[in-house]
Amino acid sequence: MSTSHKTDRRGFLKGGLSLGALSLLSGCDLTDNEPAQRLLWNMSWWNDRVQAWLFNPNRLAPTYPESAVDRVFRYNAFYPEDEAPKLDPATYKLELSGAIRDKRTWTVDRLYQLPKASQITRHVCVEGWSRIGKWSGCPLRNFLERIEADITKKYVGFICADGYYTSIDMPTALHPQTIMAFTFADQILPRKFGYPMKIRIPTKLGFKNPKFVVALSVTDAYPGGFWEDYGYNWFSGS
Amino acid sequence: MAEGVEGGRADARYLVLHSSAVRITHWLNALAIFIMIGSGWRIYNWEPLFGFQFPVWLTFGGWPEVSQHWHNEQGLAGALQWHFAAMWLLVVNLLIYLVYGVISGHFRRALLPIRPGEIVRDLGAALSGHLVHRVGERNAVQKAMYVGVITVIMLTVLSGLSIWKPVQFQELTAAFGGYDVARYVHFFCMAAIVLFLAVHLTLTALVPTVLPPMITGRVGRRQ
Repeated sequence: MSTSHKTDRRGFLKGGLSLGALSLLSGCDLTDNEPAQRLLWNMSWWNDRVQAWLFNPNRLAPTYPESAVDRVFRYNAFYPEDEAPKLDPATYKLELSGAIRDKRTWTVDRLYQLPKASQITRHVCVEGWSRIGKWSGCPLRNFLERIEADITKKYVGFICADGYYTSIDMPTALHPQTIMAFTFADQILPRKFGYPMKIRIPTKLGFKNPKFVVALSVTDAYPGGFWEDYGYNWFSGS
Repeated sequence: MAEGVEGGRADARYLVLHSSAVRITHWLNALAIFIMIGSGWRIYNWEPLFGFQFPVWLTFGGWPEVSQHWHNEQGLAGALQWHFAAMWLLVVNLLIYLVYGVISGHFRRALLPIRPGEIVRDLGAALSGHLVHRVGERNAVQKAMYVGVITVIMLTVLSGLSIWKPVQFQELTAAFGGYDVARYVHFFCMAAIVLFLAVHLTLTALVPTVLPPMITGRVGRRQ
């Protein structure tokens, strides 16, 4: 949901508003009242439950050969690329909170020494587009065990340096392909894709893959998410 | 009391043309298809497969400016919410209809068999204006169109599932040729349904007497 993408469309969308007489036909008025909003939120909550039930912790996302990797990967955020945070490895810290025994903060150096797994998977955006990319980093499960997190809790929440935040269900956090990615396309994770660390989750839509992660929490209290709190489906599994 | 066309009860004054199950599932399906296509067009607009977008007033999912209030964007979230809510209405209603159609004999009576020869014959008759419309009887072209659109709706659901869950249902996604191809399949299935609707609604406009029985179920014997 990039800003530029949206502003491109804004003129186009506003152009349609002059055709107000057709508003009932398009159902716009129906959507914009409170009971309809409640119904839709309840259906989204129901879809969260269905998706949690559909999620198979042992089912791996399809992987692809190196030749399938998209050489030009798409940038996407709620701000333009040149506004992406520029985190300094000398001062960066990953902070831990919630049901975690070892809450010591992590520096870039320590993070990058963690064991790594590599994957070539498809990143699917909620907008419909998809790109195949290569990421590598520490399986989140391995990290959660290392910091002695309570994996009986429901959620793992992430806070990012750009004000973004999101959260995932524990089964997905423990999935073997859910990784703390440190590299993209065999290079240190570039700034625009979330340096120094993003969470790569091939079993979820792109917006559930937070970049510039600076805090991680393990909790039973629903942490929500930036887009999720605006009505995007929370589970958003693939 | 005599048997109605659909096996329901009827008397000397009227025939039961459409059973209540067919009528209810028809209108619920119409509602679901309306929401699915309208919201689907909005979703399409965010990442068009082709060099065009649907006019926003034809799409479903809330006014873009109100969406800014609810969703901090111009209307994708609302369309997605409607799409993933109405899919339940579409699928549950479709399953009820399919089970009913098989068990009640509705499919056997009303839609089958379809013989290619009859389709050609009836299509020729229709185009040359010689096709006789008999109340309660579907010609071969109609049967083929109804069976066709039901099949396409099922394909739309399956291709939609393969886009929604390309990991959990990856075999299905692969059967459609992968994620990107499945999006095209989903689009063309929608296009086929829209084409069906154009013909369906045009014919209803041309022969408006077919509409009341789809609401009341009945048709007077004198018609």
